[in-house]
Amino acid sequence: MADTAHIIEEDDRKFTLNFGPQHPAAHGVLRMIMDLDGEVVTRVDSHIGLLHRGTEKLLEYKTYLQGLPYFDRLDYCAPMNQEHAWCLAIEKLLGTEVPRRASLIRVMFSEIGRIMSHILNVTTQAMDCGALTPITWGFEEREKLCVFYERASGSRMHAAYFRPGGVHQDLPQRLIDDIAAWCEQFPEKMDRIEDLITENRIFKQRNVDIGVVDKKTILDWGFSGVMVRGSGIAWDLRRSQPYECYSELQFKVPVGRHGDNYDRYVCRMEEMRESVKIIRQCVDLLAKEGPGPVLHSGGKLAPPRRADMKNSMEALIHHFKLYTEGFHVPEGECYAAIEAPKGEFGVYLVADGTNRPYRAKIRAPGYPHLQAMDHLAKGHQLADVSAIIGSLDIVFGEIDR
Amino acid sequence: MSLDNPGALAAHIQAKMPGAVRSSQVFAGELTLLAEREQILALLQFLRDDPACNFETLIDICGVDYPERAERFEVVYHLLSMHLNQRIRVRIRAGEETAVASCIPVWPAANWFEREAFDMFGILFSDHPDLRRILTDYGFEGHPLRKDFPLTGNYEVRYDDLEKRVIYEPVKLVQEYRNFDFLSPWEGMTAEIPGDEKAGGSV
Repeated sequence: MADTAHIIEEDDRKFTLNFGPQHPAAHGVLRMIMDLDGEVVTRVDSHIGLLHRGTEKLLEYKTYLQGLPYFDRLDYCAPMNQEHAWCLAIEKLLGTEVPRRASLIRVMFSEIGRIMSHILNVTTQAMDCGALTPITWGFEEREKLCVFYERASGSRMHAAYFRPGGVHQDLPQRLIDDIAAWCEQFPEKMDRIEDLITENRIFKQRNVDIGVVDKKTILDWGFSGVMVRGSGIAWDLRRSQPYECYSELQFKVPVGRHGDNYDRYVCRMEEMRESVKIIRQCVDLLAKEGPGPVLHSGGKLAPPRRADMKNSMEALIHHFKLYTEGFHVPEGECYAAIEAPKGEFGVYLVADGTNRPYRAKIRAPGYPHLQAMDHLAKGHQLADVSAIIGSLDIVFGEIDR
Repeated sequence: MSLDNPGALAAHIQAKMPGAVRSSQVFAGELTLLAEREQILALLQFLRDDPACNFETLIDICGVDYPERAERFEVVYHLLSMHLNQRIRVRIRAGEETAVASCIPVWPAANWFEREAFDMFGILFSDHPDLRRILTDYGFEGHPLRKDFPLTGNYEVRYDDLEKRVIYEPVKLVQEYRNFDFLSPWEGMTAEIPGDEKAGGSV
């Protein structure tokens, strides 16, 4: 009798908890089935795909240009970075050189996207740990960046601004000046946010030594981006496999030491400061090198100028053909990767020589990161799970695709 | 130890793993190996552990569908070496019935990538511990990224106000999806626009 009572008591400690898909700390539509032993997590089974929109299937039915806006909708925290990978893949197959000014603009907006994504992640991670103020301060700055997106492309989020061969339109000088002015005041705003979080006792208790990632975990689970750098490995595609004009820009690659949530937070904060430096360099270079083309003018990638279309029938036909049929990409396959704010974002493109991709595979950094959730959360307390999710920096737009 | 150019790396792999690599090619600076399906696990293990390869990170596994082939699928592995700063792509062929050895023993990260390839194409992976669907709906039928799967899908979902529940019904389209044939003999514009000289240089 006493024995059976004991067994029942043991079983009472074990239960299964359904986390999400609608939970403020799930960062979107994550559903996790968690097995708990008391308050300790023993197994996590992530159910994803609730935001699956079939992007890869849709891309096979659109021209290369029509496919571009779908990339804004992947990681919607930093839309232009995703477009960048798509453009780079197409340009690789076409063998197109991007004009210098377009390259600088791309880098500038990639870094703006990185800051947008990191502000969102850092402040929501703080919110997951109970700090409500940073998100209000962070989003004020983030909103200004969205306005820069809007002034460049006409849209706050879904920009469709990077195009194969360059960027859609040139930036007005006043916008560049405003971005430079923003760079002057942003570090001070970051100091204020850091005052709130970095030495905060509760934030540290919730994040130091939680979700520790070691080197074996990184290699086994295919980590990239901050998940790698937080553990002391200086791996950054902008540095090691430079694309655009990153090789001539000065920036540091911040690395952590312990690989826990807290180090990743510090890395993201430092990365934002480095991004501001990169934006400043781009602003200076844009001023120094002066105006120039922003879209590859030879071939069929760019639409003809509006003035040309008034005079030349062929230019008008070209315009029509470009926006209906699109351009043809020669047969071949390639993989183009960028250092997105969340890690390595890659596009594997198989072209068959027509105006549509035969297959486009999107490699999202959050996918392997979330996959390791079971590995990372095992043995942690239930309350740590939301801190780890916050630190993984997952966005369901790119995971579910 | 690092081999600087992709061609030398390919020769090294082919010398060390005879019979596993059918052919290799370098396109746009990227090395691709076409491998034998039966040897894939040994090859991936070798690529990870060999000091000249050192491909310790699995970047991606995906399927590609070529319905006209006898073995219709290709499984494509993308690998990265952070230490030697090099990438490689390995492709194998697979049919609808033939199983590919799961590479979870080499990289645990393969788990979800293989589940996705199974979900999207129906590619089977042997010895996979948990080959469930991953991205599609609970109870989904078919494999959406196959070329013979319609873009619109087969079922649509809506909330029925009378039945007070979500119901599934066959897709009804108000208008057919317009799939234009662009494979016309006319190849668009060339670099310089012919006829522009008639505009009198005002452009």
